[in-house]
Amino acid sequence: MKMRIYQAALLLAIFGAWYVLTETEILAPFFFGKPLLVLEKTWEWFASGKIYSHLGITLIETVLAFAVGTILGLLVGLWLALSPTASALLDPYIKAANSMPRVILAPIFAVWFGLGIWSKVALGVTLVFFIVFFNVYQGVKEVSPVVLANARMLGATSRDLLRTVYLPSATSWVFSSLHTAVGMAFVGAVVGEYLGSAAGVGYLILQAEAVFDINTVFAGILVLTAFALVLDGIVSFAEKRLLVWRPAAGETEPL
Amino acid sequence: MSSNAALALENISVTFAARSADTAAYTAVRDTTLVVESGEFVSVVGPTGCGKSTLLNIAAGLLTPSAGRVTVFGTPLEGLNRKAGYLFQADALMPWMSALDNVAVGLIYRGTRREEAHERAREWLARVGLAAHGHRYPHQLSGGMKKRVALAQTLIMDPQILLMDEPFSALDVQTRQLMENELLDLWSADRKSVVFITHDLEEAISLSDRVVVLSAGPGTHPIGEYPIDLPRPRDVAEIRLTPRFVELHREIWHRMKDEVMKGYVQSQKVP
Repeated sequence: MKMRIYQAALLLAIFGAWYVLTETEILAPFFFGKPLLVLEKTWEWFASGKIYSHLGITLIETVLAFAVGTILGLLVGLWLALSPTASALLDPYIKAANSMPRVILAPIFAVWFGLGIWSKVALGVTLVFFIVFFNVYQGVKEVSPVVLANARMLGATSRDLLRTVYLPSATSWVFSSLHTAVGMAFVGAVVGEYLGSAAGVGYLILQAEAVFDINTVFAGILVLTAFALVLDGIVSFAEKRLLVWRPAAGETEPL
Repeated sequence: MSSNAALALENISVTFAARSADTAAYTAVRDTTLVVESGEFVSVVGPTGCGKSTLLNIAAGLLTPSAGRVTVFGTPLEGLNRKAGYLFQADALMPWMSALDNVAVGLIYRGTRREEAHERAREWLARVGLAAHGHRYPHQLSGGMKKRVALAQTLIMDPQILLMDEPFSALDVQTRQLMENELLDLWSADRKSVVFITHDLEEAISLSDRVVVLSAGPGTHPIGEYPIDLPRPRDVAEIRLTPRFVELHREIWHRMKDEVMKGYVQSQKVP
């Protein structure tokens, strides 16, 4: 709790420094904006309700990209990890697809899926998929051979193994990747909007940037950051509920 | 070969393929025959790294021998040994399941209804003295408790053959003797056939009807068999003090000593 207060104090200090430096024009307000104006802009967005439709679209894109990318990553990860032939066949393609800068796919997606939300979702999916995929793959590969042999000796069929051994083992790896994945889904949505759209927070930022309205750009960044934190918090919450079995460092339990 | 044997390994050889061109294939077990009668408690002792676990994996059907025949109650073994329960040396509990779920999971695999499986798992947890700990996850249990859960997990399936791979080697001496006595209690209730792998001769003698001594690897094979004529029921801590125990120990140890030294020298070699 005490740490929370320090954290809030640090935030205030950063805003304070920003305020002082721009008021005294040590940092040019034209390039760095003014914190009060940024907050005012943010407030105005929410008060007038103008932001909601844009924010809604960005969040829908993010959540869709996150969900679709995670599910695909999970399925393909399980499939490749459990099928050596498929994994050997696809290995170079996976590596190639992972190492290419996938943001350059955005124009192609815009052509394929139009300027609506689906081109952004597609971009987000390509970013999220690989993070989850590699973690699931790793998670399944790292299942303890003893646990596996034990389950087989207890009579597990391959479906039982998937349900009671591979999936739970992969889950802990998936969750450690979901924090990054949520951020990536956001990146996909905003970059997609930035490269061509008619709505969304990325679009607002692009509009403001075109007229050098730096305060609005910062306001957009502020709003995006806040909601990225919220999504991350939701992932943490789900993680805590689903991974109760995982030991926390130095955990003790009152008897 | 007697036909009513619970488990018969006949002329088993196990050779592991070479990993690369410049390493030779490794023969872990050579021409080994091991027969376990129904209801018999057999311990297999041998120096470290001699292929004891390999032999057990063969009996479990987790590993196919390069040569030789495995029969279970007279039937040749194909795939996993469905008549056997396996208690592993390392932690084999599923860390994502509570103790209760871990004990119940085998029954659920077998198709038992969830409530019934849990009901019976609770009985088994009580039998191994963990009635109050069913909700805990493996990482919240001590080493001895985990072994008890693993024992319950295996025994709830009521296997006719129990394969145990140094199950208590990671426990401290006191916990270990407690567990050994508990094992004997549980075993005497319905006399399963047991293959108990250990490197601890005292443990082997105090638990078993028969002790089989293996040679040092590579190419492990049995070099001696000793019937243990100590009276049952036994208390593993007390029986170690009887003159007959000491006599048996001296006799078997005399045979084992050279192999232990060989095994030690072998383990010093750079592969």
